Amino acid sequence: MATYIIRRLFWLIPVLLVVSGVTFTLMHMAPGGPWDRDPSARQVDPNTQRMLNDYYGLDKPLWRQYMAYVIGDTNSKGEFICGVVCGNLGPSYRMRGLTVQQILFKPPSGKTIWESRFGYSMRLGFMALSFAILVGLPVGIISALKQNTVFDYVSLLIATIGVSVPNFVIAIIFIVIFSSWLHWVPIVPRSWADTTAWLMPGLILGFGTLSRIARLTRASMLEVMRQDYVRTARAKGLAERLVIVRHMLRNSLIPVVTVLGPALAFLVTGSFIIEQMFGFPGMGRQYVTAISQRDYSMIMGTTLFFAILVALANLTVDIVYVFLDPRIRLND
Amino acid sequence: MANILTVEGLETQFKTQDGTVHAVNGVSFVLKEGETLGIVGESGCGKSVTMMSMMRLIPMPPGKVVAGLALFQGRDLLSMSDAEVRSVRGSQITFIFQDPMTSFNPVLTIGRQLAEPAEIHLNMTKKQAYDRAAEMLALVGIPKPKDRLDDFPHQFSGGMRQRAMIAMSLVCTPQILIADEPTTALDVTIQAQIVELVKGLRDKLGMAIIWITHDLGIIAGLADRVGVMYAGYIIEEAAVKDLYREPAHPYTIGLLGSLPRLDETSNRRLTSIDGLPPVLMAKPTYCPFAPRCRYAYERCWKENPALVTIDTNHRTACWIDTKTGRPR
Repeated sequence: MATYIIRRLFWLIPVLLVVSGVTFTLMHMAPGGPWDRDPSARQVDPNTQRMLNDYYGLDKPLWRQYMAYVIGDTNSKGEFICGVVCGNLGPSYRMRGLTVQQILFKPPSGKTIWESRFGYSMRLGFMALSFAILVGLPVGIISALKQNTVFDYVSLLIATIGVSVPNFVIAIIFIVIFSSWLHWVPIVPRSWADTTAWLMPGLILGFGTLSRIARLTRASMLEVMRQDYVRTARAKGLAERLVIVRHMLRNSLIPVVTVLGPALAFLVTGSFIIEQMFGFPGMGRQYVTAISQRDYSMIMGTTLFFAILVALANLTVDIVYVFLDPRIRLND
Repeated sequence: MANILTVEGLETQFKTQDGTVHAVNGVSFVLKEGETLGIVGESGCGKSVTMMSMMRLIPMPPGKVVAGLALFQGRDLLSMSDAEVRSVRGSQITFIFQDPMTSFNPVLTIGRQLAEPAEIHLNMTKKQAYDRAAEMLALVGIPKPKDRLDDFPHQFSGGMRQRAMIAMSLVCTPQILIADEPTTALDVTIQAQIVELVKGLRDKLGMAIIWITHDLGIIAGLADRVGVMYAGYIIEEAAVKDLYREPAHPYTIGLLGSLPRLDETSNRRLTSIDGLPPVLMAKPTYCPFAPRCRYAYERCWKENPALVTIDTNHRTACWIDTKTGRPR
């Protein structure tokens, strides 16, 4: 097991190289650059632009910029600055005086890491995921046990909507209903310290995943209910509750766990739009801003961080498998 | 010997999208203490469904037991409460199923699954139940049983899994063991071992057995009495020797004719029964075997024959006396 995990972690290196290469290429292919301003505003004068390019190394050929980002390069003063391999994500091009790490992970003074942009996004993602699991699983299980009843039809209908309608559309509908009409929650919360402010973005973000989990759990339970070993369990005289809890649940969870890895990734990526819509101070909104500002180092840093998150989520799923299904062995 | 189980007029139907399937159409039989009853018939004739209906193990819906009695020790299994029938299942009446690969839960250990009946029915602690499970594994001839309790089903071979399945069915020393095609999924060598094992255990423990199969060869060496099923009916029932010596129903004759025999001298061609078993979308109003029967005459197409006694302990449901070829 340990060997397997270490090997999987080593696989992260080529994955991150590809992700960074593709992102770097696309980013530089996109028109514009970090020093561009709105055409109506005062432009950065060409002299300053040249100095900035020289300072950040943007005047060098692209391959060299990429090498500089990944491995490192000498700066204009002749000092060697190590790149990503040393864990240095570089300075932000747009937020002067701050490094990418500081923007993502540094909390306001005197606060914990949970108050950083990373912390905010993680808390929102975790809230959405727990909501999705805690509601999605029971709904799926009950739907399967009460197949073809009103409960089953209604939950299946809602889950189908949740899977097929993108979360920003649901967000707009929710904002109209709960903020504009019912005035239950403010459209833009005054402070994110207030827990109720988290409800709307959290629930909306989790809704899609909840629907996916509910549908999959239902299908998987229905599949398991027909299995011979469930008949065997009944033939042994087990009470129905024990048949469900001991013989059906764990077997039906195996396919559900498979989607949890991608689901976590979906929650992270899905949060770009939701964070933007609600003005949520997390990584997702920062990422969108960085893209529109062509803040190259921010884009690279955040993308790599998301890639690591997704890879670790999938690794966790593969490990959880082993505990759910004894037939699965990880090849050392 | 006293009757331990009496089934009367059992009828089971399944509601499907295409209509109601009449799977069991009034099956009656008795089982005596310590007796082995063989139930034979081709796929879909209602052998398994009869047993499942009796123990209320068919999925409801779509299945429904619409009529009948199943008296076990004087109590009707079909009308007792869910809790009562659960207390019979797995303790006094137990099952062995066809496919040992899929009949064990893949994520639970063999020990866990074997201990379950002891825990529920004998009120044993987990420790006692696991000891009992190991004892049963030893009884069915699995070496080092204590070490195998923590194994998962996929770590057992097919034959071992079927042995473990038998062990599981014997945990509470049942009065009746229902074996639903327990050898069909196994290769011939293992089949023989399993049959020998069950025979030995029957002699040791003295339980009655209902052995469902489509293999007439296995039944010959194992059963005391045989019931032949067709289209949801028992169409012939006799002591095993009588059935093989003097089969009375044309279907039974056909079945036996399709069986190769070791003691044959001439190069007899194996015969087959023409046609297919009926699709039971309606309860037959005439003999369900008539379309495939070479003896069939007009009465067979008008009335469905009931089981009649033709000899001591020999009953058949046919309008024709197949010995003479004339109507009875």
